[in-house]
Amino acid sequence: MAIVRANVLICAGSACVSSRAYEFKDALLKALEEAGIRAEVNVVDTGCVGTCDLGPVAIVYPDGVFYVKLKPEDATTIVNEHLLKGRVVNRLLYQQPMTKEVFPSLSEIDFVARQKRIVLRNMGIINPESIEEYIAREGYEALAKALTMTPEEVIDTVKRSGLRGRGGAGFPTGLKWELARKAKGNPKYVICNGDEGDPGAFMDRSILEGDPHSVIEGMMIAGYAIGASKGFFYVRAEYPLAIKRLELALEQARNYGLIGENILGTDFSFDIELRRGSGAFVCGEETALIASIEGRRGEPRPRPPYPANKGLWDKPTVINNVETLANIAPIILNGADWFSSIGTEKSKGTKVFALAGKVNNTGLIEVPFGTSLREIVFEVGGGIPGGKKFKAAQTGGPSGGCIPAEYLDIPLDYESLKQIGAIVGSGGLIIMDEDTCMVDVARFFLEFTQSESCGKCPPCRVGTRKMLDILERIINGEGEEGDIERLIELGNEVRQDSLCGLGQTAPNPVLSTIRFFRDEYEAHINEKRCPAKSCRALIAYQVIPDKCRACGICARVCPVGAAQGKPREIHFIDKNLCIKCGDCFAKCPFGAIEKVDIFLEKS
Amino acid sequence: MDPVQKRLVDEIIANWKDKPGALMPVLQEIQEKLGYLPSDAMEEVSRCLNIPLTEIYGVATFYHFFSLKPKGKYKIQVCEGTACYVKGAKRVLEKFEEVLGIKVGEVTPDGKFSIESVRCIGACSHAPAIMVNDQVHGRMNSEKVLQLIKSLK
Repeated sequence: MAIVRANVLICAGSACVSSRAYEFKDALLKALEEAGIRAEVNVVDTGCVGTCDLGPVAIVYPDGVFYVKLKPEDATTIVNEHLLKGRVVNRLLYQQPMTKEVFPSLSEIDFVARQKRIVLRNMGIINPESIEEYIAREGYEALAKALTMTPEEVIDTVKRSGLRGRGGAGFPTGLKWELARKAKGNPKYVICNGDEGDPGAFMDRSILEGDPHSVIEGMMIAGYAIGASKGFFYVRAEYPLAIKRLELALEQARNYGLIGENILGTDFSFDIELRRGSGAFVCGEETALIASIEGRRGEPRPRPPYPANKGLWDKPTVINNVETLANIAPIILNGADWFSSIGTEKSKGTKVFALAGKVNNTGLIEVPFGTSLREIVFEVGGGIPGGKKFKAAQTGGPSGGCIPAEYLDIPLDYESLKQIGAIVGSGGLIIMDEDTCMVDVARFFLEFTQSESCGKCPPCRVGTRKMLDILERIINGEGEEGDIERLIELGNEVRQDSLCGLGQTAPNPVLSTIRFFRDEYEAHINEKRCPAKSCRALIAYQVIPDKCRACGICARVCPVGAAQGKPREIHFIDKNLCIKCGDCFAKCPFGAIEKVDIFLEKS
Repeated sequence: MDPVQKRLVDEIIANWKDKPGALMPVLQEIQEKLGYLPSDAMEEVSRCLNIPLTEIYGVATFYHFFSLKPKGKYKIQVCEGTACYVKGAKRVLEKFEEVLGIKVGEVTPDGKFSIESVRCIGACSHAPAIMVNDQVHGRMNSEKVLQLIKSLK
């Protein structure tokens, strides 16, 4: 092996790749070549570092200097200054958005310093395309250890650790394994559910892209524990990079004899196949997912029988989420007591969240259960952009609820969130500020579940349609008295009478926003006013004459010619032509365009 | 299907024929290779896998990934996930419709562009995001929509 004096780790997660990380890498390789130090510096692709909005990012070791928002032209500067002269390039360092403080190393920035990384232990440290690097970080040691234990001992360890399913429902993982172990039937199967369908969630994608072997190892231990010899990965077709890295990882593990016959010289044999989803949200539900692998329409069926007894091809099947499986190896290696010492009384360990929406630091974070929302939003997340006010956080996607500002200090765990009508969910955490209309958010989620409803049971198929109709009337200024009550009544019926989790949880965003933001519903219905000034039917755009400098930008960007004005004259917006797209509002350099209520005639 | 396409379809079927649950991967690969599921391809699948055509049609119309019509050379997918939605995805979608003169779900008459709205593509930190074929473009706005279409035309 050649001796290198520096390693440059470039984040190759989807977000960084989409902001052209590979162009930066090419430029860096070229610059190293030109400086004649290509052989002295190792350039490595790594999994998602988590700071997705700062991408492309790179970490230069041994110093651990963290560079952000890299452009191809920055490559020469880093080579000439940092790698040749040993001087840190200050202008490429991370700056805290609120305090403007500059941090040279990744571990110091608050986004990372406040996290506890178990699932994301290897992200941004190893190359996800190299099994050797995974093995160097205790990879597959847990599998070897598990194979020296009895399957019952493995199940007992997972049970005592308190690990609960990370896909949303929070069912105890060890118990699930025990049920499948005891179930009669052969062969048995393990399925990894990577059909991450919640809009606003990208935890599983990042784990599969950044550390695929950790999930494979977890699946194999599950297979050993329940007595299965075959596993399936079911991954969304929308995640091409995750699929590519997983395929590569499976091939490497197969070549090393870690997948196949008589693994590590034992009697245990296990094979893994990868299947892709085809874009149906309902397939995240386990019985629908099974139907999809079997080659049928992804329609759920009633439970019981549960998949643990009658699953894939009617055989006992354990279905675990990606993040759940990524927790297994550390639990086996470090023990149940270690894991159960992290988190709260009933929610053990950590949770990975995909932090997005109106927050300064968006990206992937992992925190112990029990961390408060305030810490996540204002410390890890760096607060709300543009000095706006925090309004609510949405967890659990279309099945979840919102957490308003008065509950910012609530500990995030399964029980506390349930109490206020929200759920931990799979980990999507969307932050909303004062400009977000909560009625419109509820409508957005319901439109989603309505269109994703498989149509099998009428309460879900018809009920969500009826609720959506009401919400659409409300945001169009045609709400009527009694609409809120009708929504609550319909919501409760859909919740009680639907067959699967999709229908049972579809009304949650509506019921939760009514609970905490009833005043916004009332303003839309009674006053025909949108407090967030977001619903198009209820607002108009107009020019503030004192601020207008007649620059003409609004007229140039207006797609319909509604924004008008002669040179050196104050501009105006023709309300009859305006389609309220908001382009002028977004583009005016002087803030001279405002949104106003239009107060429709009450119907 | 022309003879080249037929050979592709037959190859795909032969690869999966004996595996349990072959229908989904077969349809996925045909969709990828041909860009859509022609009706005679579905008939071929039905014949070779011994699955009724009605069932195949049922599967093909259930999942968003499958399309019974060809899509544009540049397949524009506008993400309408939560993060993108709260950051203005609706306007981005409208702007594409405005610039290309087609509605979501349609293809331009020259076959060059198609617009679809898709559920979360997982690029939430770059919201609002879109995909053109497999390439993600982040932080979109009306101006960037115009530039993008110009560069592809």
